Amino acid sequence: MNPSTGSGQALAEGASTAGELPLASFRRTLWPRLLLGLSLLLAAAVVALVVGPAGIPLDATLRVIISRLTGLDLAEGVPATWRDIIWEVRLPRVLLAGLVGATLSMAGATYQGVFRNPLAEPYLIGVATGAALGSTIVVLSSPSVSWQGLSLLPLAAFAGAIISVVIVYGVARVGNTVPTTTLILAGVAVSSLSTAITSFLMLRSTTHMFTVFSVVLGGFNTATWTRLVWAVPYVLPAAVVILAHGRVLNVLSLDEEQARQLGVDVERTKLLLLGAASLATAAAVSVSGTIGFVGLIVPHAVRLLWGPDNRKLLPMAILLGAAFLILADLLARTVDQPSEIPVGIITAFCGVPFFLYLLRRARGGVF
Amino acid sequence: MGRSAPGRQVGAAAIPQPSEWSGPFLEVRGLSVAYPAGSRRQRVALRDVSLDLVPGELLGLVGPNGSGKTTLIRAVTGVVRPLAGEIRIAGEEAVGLPQWEVARRVAVVPQNPQLPEAFTTLDAVLMGRTPHLRLLQMEGPADLEAARRAMLATDTWALADRRLGELSGGERQRVVVARALAQEAPLLLLDEPTAHLDIGHQTAVLEMMRSLCRGEGKAVLAAVHDLTLAAQYCHRLVMLHQGSVIAQGRPEDVLHPELLERVYKARVHVFPHPWSGRPVVAPWCSVSG
Repeated sequence: MNPSTGSGQALAEGASTAGELPLASFRRTLWPRLLLGLSLLLAAAVVALVVGPAGIPLDATLRVIISRLTGLDLAEGVPATWRDIIWEVRLPRVLLAGLVGATLSMAGATYQGVFRNPLAEPYLIGVATGAALGSTIVVLSSPSVSWQGLSLLPLAAFAGAIISVVIVYGVARVGNTVPTTTLILAGVAVSSLSTAITSFLMLRSTTHMFTVFSVVLGGFNTATWTRLVWAVPYVLPAAVVILAHGRVLNVLSLDEEQARQLGVDVERTKLLLLGAASLATAAAVSVSGTIGFVGLIVPHAVRLLWGPDNRKLLPMAILLGAAFLILADLLARTVDQPSEIPVGIITAFCGVPFFLYLLRRARGGVF
Repeated sequence: MGRSAPGRQVGAAAIPQPSEWSGPFLEVRGLSVAYPAGSRRQRVALRDVSLDLVPGELLGLVGPNGSGKTTLIRAVTGVVRPLAGEIRIAGEEAVGLPQWEVARRVAVVPQNPQLPEAFTTLDAVLMGRTPHLRLLQMEGPADLEAARRAMLATDTWALADRRLGELSGGERQRVVVARALAQEAPLLLLDEPTAHLDIGHQTAVLEMMRSLCRGEGKAVLAAVHDLTLAAQYCHRLVMLHQGSVIAQGRPEDVLHPELLERVYKARVHVFPHPWSGRPVVAPWCSVSG
């Protein structure tokens, strides 16, 4: 700040030429990244569709899918078992893994933005386990609750998720900030309680034990088109709300008082975003069980690679989250053939070292 | 900076610019604030405070630590709800306005702002455009232009691509001032804008505030700790003591040794500046030699 130039001269100088710098560069960098993310996602999906014990070649796989989608009969000569494996087993599984990965990753990025804490993650802050408890209670009482074809299981999971997030946020909040220590401790506490209750309910009921067990462990071995249809009506609106708030999330990364003074209705925005992220998480948990660390690894990797702007971070986290969980699930069903291991084990193996690293340098410059 | 970009206003009513306003631009009447609001054990932080700020005026808010300077700024920006009293901006009651409406009228430079380290300086300044943008709207050329002018005025344009985490304390302070300027609000509030700055940057910030008042007719309220600095640059001073206004007027009328001793519990010398004639406050030093 040079007193001698003063603002008057500087203003006159500034008025002459407007550098198009940030906007142009924003557009220039967003589209190639989205394209990159999309191609990674597509590649992951194709690999996951083709790899498997049945040894179905790529061209047969693609022909089956295209013929089912378009109605043309391109799948001539492909055995019926192959068609079933691809259309009824692998495709729904890949799509569900992608949807859940995208959802958890998006929810993680949202929690991180709202809590201003890079360690916030649906699983670590107890939202996912709360959702699992909610859906367990419903599965045990009446396994097929639906209203006009819309499954209400995600709503029960949502109730559990929102109760957890309210408790964790309420306990972890110190003044206007959510410190890492209190956030993780509160998350662990709430999460342990939810898991304890879920386990208790599980032991009491022998008939639904397998269903509940798969909710706790998490995975896609029970993936069907029906499950995909359960989750989409909840995930999509949540994604729209969250993606619309990218710029506002950036402003929220200042402290709350500054965000208010810049014109953001902080309480309303937090409520909306936490609600949307929790609804999306709940829908994901109700179809796939609890899968940890996706919401931590993916947004953070995106942040490291391309910076903290939520308008880019959120779409990239969605694309790469989907790709990541598709590949993790592929690993889960192939490393220990012929049996499967829960995908949560794979994500934990990737996520825990990452988590510890982040915890070690809790005040990093990437947020 | 009063240039309005048609078609991109969020609300309907345009906010009067200070230059087209006669009479006080900010009126505070009988303002009382208590913390924590609504609690039974609340502590009164401001008691029956009244002050006026006219366009083109730089008003200095002085007083000891905990006298209510920050609370007054928080109340005017709608962050805390007053217990009683009125706050009028350009004749319009500001208490209860939606937050974005307040932000289009008042820009703030807070005392110790937390800044996200990984964002660039330009990103941070563009955040000042928030009250002018709809939810899905991206910053357009008008917003960039506002940010650029604000950054040129604060000598931060050269830092545009730098990350906030890499900046020095003085640079961060100037970036926050730039963000407040980019907000293009007619009323500017600064909470200790010169704290943590060396004397070169202190005078530069206050010179800039003066030129904003003079050049653009903004109304500026600045809480300043350093009485001598406040006296040199501010048109008028308001002194707070235990949440109430104890004196207000021209610096030479406010800064009396007896009053300062009562308020700050310290004996001081007050003598005229050799060049400006405005009061200089120096500690009463009993040590000699």
